[in-house]
Amino acid sequence: MKEIIKRYKFFVILVAVNLGILAVYPFTGQKSISITWSNTLEMLSVLPPIFILLGLLDVWVQRETVIKLMGEKSGFIGVALAFFLGSAAAGPLYAAFPVTGVLLKKGSKFSNVLIFIGAWSTTKIPMLLFEASSMGWKFMITRFIINIPGIALIAYVTEKLLSEKEKQYIYDNAVTMK
Amino acid sequence: MFDVFTIILYVLTAGLLLLSFLQDRKKTKMALKKAWKSFENILPQFLSILIIIGIMLAVLSPETISRLIGQQSGWVGMVIASVIGSITLIPGFVAFPLASALLKSGAGFMQIAVFISTLMMVGIVTMPVEIKYLGKKAAILRNTLAFIFSYIVAIVIGVVLA
Repeated sequence: MKEIIKRYKFFVILVAVNLGILAVYPFTGQKSISITWSNTLEMLSVLPPIFILLGLLDVWVQRETVIKLMGEKSGFIGVALAFFLGSAAAGPLYAAFPVTGVLLKKGSKFSNVLIFIGAWSTTKIPMLLFEASSMGWKFMITRFIINIPGIALIAYVTEKLLSEKEKQYIYDNAVTMK
Repeated sequence: MFDVFTIILYVLTAGLLLLSFLQDRKKTKMALKKAWKSFENILPQFLSILIIIGIMLAVLSPETISRLIGQQSGWVGMVIASVIGSITLIPGFVAFPLASALLKSGAGFMQIAVFISTLMMVGIVTMPVEIKYLGKKAAILRNTLAFIFSYIVAIVIGVVLA
């Protein structure tokens, strides 16, 4: 019980803040509640399959397989797979992080995990189609073409700037996480 | 369009879950347990993010964003657009129509490109979740590099679409 209170403390404070806003500025307060509500529904509609896939990945896919496909020596296959998995995803970026936890735990290379995050954030296929329809194909394709090397570059530079010790700590953290 | 992909995702998940169940009930139960645990583990942060976004977007309405990004041009406009893009988190199906409307009302391509890029790649509000899985240093590095990269995207868009 104490644990639950501790974990949800910040959330409860935020609810109180929102209610405070509602009392002082009814218009803004109502608006924020309705935005939160619609975003919650949106989130709940995509999260169940993501977390179930995460569970299946954790149970069925062996560590050796992930190491072979996305690990240190996976080379081009690992990069391509990271791009593909991220692009085929649905849902907000923050839903990607629990999945990265499992990928790290299974021994995926750190830069491939970052590529997965990059792809999830920017090259999601449904999002690209939507972008093309509202911004035009030229805008979408230009952004897409520059994003591919950009995502890879961000991933490599981030990994390079981390020491072995720092990386080990991240991997250990992923193993002990629930 | 989003719905089609969500449906595909559900069908795929249901199919794999059924396959898993037929192969091994115990493992399937473990997978579902893991799914629930992972979700419950991050739920407080998710709920907090949802409320912060709600308050933020109520204060920073599309009209306010239009006013801030639409009128300012040049580098000042880009800096404003990138800061708003980094701190807010707007779902794609709201962000793109907003961006398209901003263009029509006179905002520049570069400002819009940096806004969209930072919106997608840089997440200040979601940083605590990112830190939980990647650690402080990696999360800050990734977001900083993505912020800088968003300017490169904007410059390329500016050159190509000029």
